[in-house]
Amino acid sequence: MEQLKTIGRELAMGSQGGFYQSKEFLDLVKSIGEARSKAEEDRIVLGEIETLKRRVSEPDIPKRKMKEYILRLVYVEMLGHDASFGYIHAVKMTHDDSLLVKRTGYLAVTLFLNEDHDLIILIVNTIQKDLKSDNYLVVCAALNAVCKLINEETIPAVLPQVVDLLAHPKEAVRKKAIMALHRFYQKSPSSVSHLVSNFRKRLCDNDPGVMGATLCPLFELVSTDVNSYKDLVISFVSILKQVAERRLPKAYDYHQMPAPFIQIKLLKILALLGSGDKQASENMYTVVGDIFRKCDSSSNIGNAVLYECICCVSSIYPNPKLLESAADAISRFLKSDSHNLKYMGIDALGRLIKISPEIAEQHQLAVIDCLEDPDDTLKRKTFELLYKMTKSTNVEVIVDRMIDYMISINDNHYKTEIASRCVELAEQFAPSNQWFIQIMNKVFEHAGDLVNIKVAHNLMRLIAEGFGEDDDSADSQLRSSAVDSYLHILGEPKIPSVFLQLICWVLGEYGTADGKYSASYITGKLSDVAEAYSNDETVKAYAVTALMKIYAFEIAAGRKVDMLPECQSLMEQFLASHSTDLQQRAYELQAVIGLDAHAVESIMPSDASCEDIEVDKALSFLNGYIQDSIEKGAQPYIPESERSGMLNISNFRNQDHHGASSHGLKFEAYELPKQTVQSRIPPATLASTEFVPVPEPMSVRESYPTTIVPSASSDAESTELKLRLDGVQKKWGRQTHSPATSTSSSTSKKTVNGIKQVDGSNTSNSSTWETYDSRKHVEINSEKQKLAASLFGGSSKTEKKPATGHKISKPSSHMVEKSHVRKSSMEIASEKKALVHQPPDLLDFGEPTVQSSDPPSVDPFKELEGLLEPTTQLGSTAAAATNSPDIMGLFTETPGGTHNKDDSDILSSLSKQPVTNMVGGATSTQVAQSSKGPNRKDSLEKDSLVRQMGVTPSSPNPNLFKDLLG
Amino acid sequence: MSVIHFVLLISRQGKVRLTKWYSTYSKKERTKVIRELSGVILTRGPKLCNFVEWRGLKVVYKRYASLYFCMCIDPDGNELEILEIIHHYVEVLDRYFGSVCELDLIYNFHKAYYILDEILISGEFQEPSKRSIVRSVAAQDSLVETAKEQTGSISNILAQAAK
Repeated sequence: MEQLKTIGRELAMGSQGGFYQSKEFLDLVKSIGEARSKAEEDRIVLGEIETLKRRVSEPDIPKRKMKEYILRLVYVEMLGHDASFGYIHAVKMTHDDSLLVKRTGYLAVTLFLNEDHDLIILIVNTIQKDLKSDNYLVVCAALNAVCKLINEETIPAVLPQVVDLLAHPKEAVRKKAIMALHRFYQKSPSSVSHLVSNFRKRLCDNDPGVMGATLCPLFELVSTDVNSYKDLVISFVSILKQVAERRLPKAYDYHQMPAPFIQIKLLKILALLGSGDKQASENMYTVVGDIFRKCDSSSNIGNAVLYECICCVSSIYPNPKLLESAADAISRFLKSDSHNLKYMGIDALGRLIKISPEIAEQHQLAVIDCLEDPDDTLKRKTFELLYKMTKSTNVEVIVDRMIDYMISINDNHYKTEIASRCVELAEQFAPSNQWFIQIMNKVFEHAGDLVNIKVAHNLMRLIAEGFGEDDDSADSQLRSSAVDSYLHILGEPKIPSVFLQLICWVLGEYGTADGKYSASYITGKLSDVAEAYSNDETVKAYAVTALMKIYAFEIAAGRKVDMLPECQSLMEQFLASHSTDLQQRAYELQAVIGLDAHAVESIMPSDASCEDIEVDKALSFLNGYIQDSIEKGAQPYIPESERSGMLNISNFRNQDHHGASSHGLKFEAYELPKQTVQSRIPPATLASTEFVPVPEPMSVRESYPTTIVPSASSDAESTELKLRLDGVQKKWGRQTHSPATSTSSSTSKKTVNGIKQVDGSNTSNSSTWETYDSRKHVEINSEKQKLAASLFGGSSKTEKKPATGHKISKPSSHMVEKSHVRKSSMEIASEKKALVHQPPDLLDFGEPTVQSSDPPSVDPFKELEGLLEPTTQLGSTAAAATNSPDIMGLFTETPGGTHNKDDSDILSSLSKQPVTNMVGGATSTQVAQSSKGPNRKDSLEKDSLVRQMGVTPSSPNPNLFKDLLG
Repeated sequence: MSVIHFVLLISRQGKVRLTKWYSTYSKKERTKVIRELSGVILTRGPKLCNFVEWRGLKVVYKRYASLYFCMCIDPDGNELEILEIIHHYVEVLDRYFGSVCELDLIYNFHKAYYILDEILISGEFQEPSKRSIVRSVAAQDSLVETAKEQTGSISNILAQAAK
């Protein structure tokens, strides 16, 4: 049967080809279809391009032939090849008088050209003419092209005509004109700002399609300027109400939902308008509540609307009843078998916890399931949720998880994102500095080149400053542990540049500070680094400066300095380096080593990276020198403020890259910590490419200590990226998970466990919980429980436990909630009834004959008739009945088949969606129909009953998304 | 800017059946996008989400027989809605071609474009009524092509015979 159909289809194609597609094209498609490799396909397409190149330039090609060539060009371009030689022919084709040819031309140019293409200017004239055509199909074709091709420059050429078309008698034209105007607004808001009122006017268009199209530009307008559209709240609410009450023509129904796409758009707009506006939001509560109840959660589109309702509810001024409905919907999503719904549930949860953080608790296990799901999409979404709900109590678990995941993925885009999230969370909520350093090490190690350099600067500053308290031993302990860990990490084969810079800096500052490591050991390591990463100038510069510090500290301490042979060869290499920066550093090192202990100590004091340096801001000691220079005809000094543009010093690395070529010497290394850089080394000194030893020791002291301190530059920049230490516990050691677990479980114990009231110390409590845990659950569950406790523990009052015996108190609390829900839903229902009798105020889309505004009054049989009408209800009962071969196709399809077998009916999978209809026939449809409206309440009751029993309700329609064949 | 950045139709073998770009992409980017996405989407298992996060955007895809319909949207879009827009498109295609199959789209890809142009305009969903889409495409066809009717009847006869 399937075979026969395929043959028939090919026959039909063949005959069709006789009319307007040549054998050539069919052969092309066929040979491409049969191509076994990409290379073979490319060869065929290149051959085709050659043929077409020849053909299109022949003289006097008949229009029909030309049209076919253009379509073949489109095909070639679609396969990723260049057909630009034919663009001009497509443009010419739009000039043609025949609509058939013109339409092909427009299609081709909209597919070929981006809005910045040079050829567009050649089409504008044609578009202008076509917009004035009396054939509305020509106008439509032109408007399609307008949406894609008209750019900022050409808007004025067509704007007047497009505005005129807003009043065109054909609704299809009005709709496209609206969209074109919307496009203009996106491209250049100023060009159409005086026409914005047209959108408001078209909102009252009596064609629902035009009204629906108007919602797109209005959404954008509202999102840019909410306050100017507050007056439309009432109108939007009233439209939404009418849509939800099925007052639009039946043609707008989609899978038994009244115009769901329009509902979604409206909910989006209302979410914007109601955000933070109590008064506006109050107008929306009733209608949003209505939609919550009317939504059919067994269909995909119903869930799409539900999701949009949740988004709306979490955006507008909070209303407890609506929040409850939203929470219900979310739990239905999360409990569903469908990954899609779980994903939406996680997303919705992330929106709602901003308003009511406590709702996360009841879903903690579902969230953890999603976190451990093999589906990457779901996992990432869950990480996003965790990121949103991070607090100081759960930051350790969450960041640990994130880092594990970060290590496991290869996608650089996402790696960067998750790394920056880790850093952000660690900076915000770090329980201890040591933990912070550990986390940072991991981030740098695995995603070092993807994180911002400022993060490294911050960490340097943290290590240098410690806690800013007087607890010196703690600070030095922190530093030694950092040094230890870095020396260990240096053993790894490939370390990101940013991390190496950090390591060099820390080793230079604190490598020998605690006396654990000798200077020669540290310097050996540093020269290893400089050697191993010899093509990274920045790292080398950091290493040289670190070496200089180590030697300076040694000299200052009165020890004799023996430069290791590898250091010496390194220095020789750097003294002749092409990088002036490296060269200068090497010369500086050489000079420092030659000085005596006293001088060195004053220029390079130990652990002074955070010290303020007293500066002779006026540089008075140089007055004589300047005087001399000016007398000799030098230019006077120009203050920094007048030399704008020269001092872009925000990025150490950048500067370094350009350093050699541009102004030669870096400025930022001389920047002073915690001071606005007013005084720097006078340009006279800096401009010389050699190191100029300034005779007065004072100035040397000024310049050197600053070179030690890359953090000085970070200091200036990092005001926004600071580690927030206030309010964070200041204590040592990594906080283990168990204390958090025990506290949360002990609090939960009291409420959850109705039988056993446990009072007492936390520790005993936690141990009872542990044993209880291991007794009652399988291993995996207890793992998850623990994770849940550590994730949600901070605010958790009730701990959800899968063990049935101990669930007594929780369900009962649920029951209270549920009964409340029931009551509230009844209230809403009565409210709604009252509202139904109000006359429709602003807009009335209702067909005069349709009486279905109130669901309870719907005649189920009438509905059923509509359902069975074969022309309107495609893909549902009727389609399934008449197109039985399609259903057959569903079972016979073999996914592993060849090209031919794949041609089985696309819709065969489609017809599977309304499974209830298909299987149960008319009766089941009727049931489904009658269960709408008033019976919603019953189902709610049933739902709550099911919950009271502690049974997870089986998902409402497991057949959802079953059309994913495979 | 647009709600939908692009629409892709890819066959299970990774062959491109239709591409429509609503946001600006250079030719190079287009090729890269198609290569990357077909790599990601075609290898996904059947029970997973129909969504893929990709370069900070989201791609919603759905498989119908041997064809994958993909639409790329902003990260804050409503994925379920996009799934239904895809479904809506497929239903309209089905109504227009009469039990649409991949071959219809291969040989009449321009028709698929015309229909898409009636459903989406500059990346926004514009027409929720199937009836008016089909009517409008048919109006364009009937004005310019009488041949279509004949082929339509041939395929109808064959479809009847196949039953």
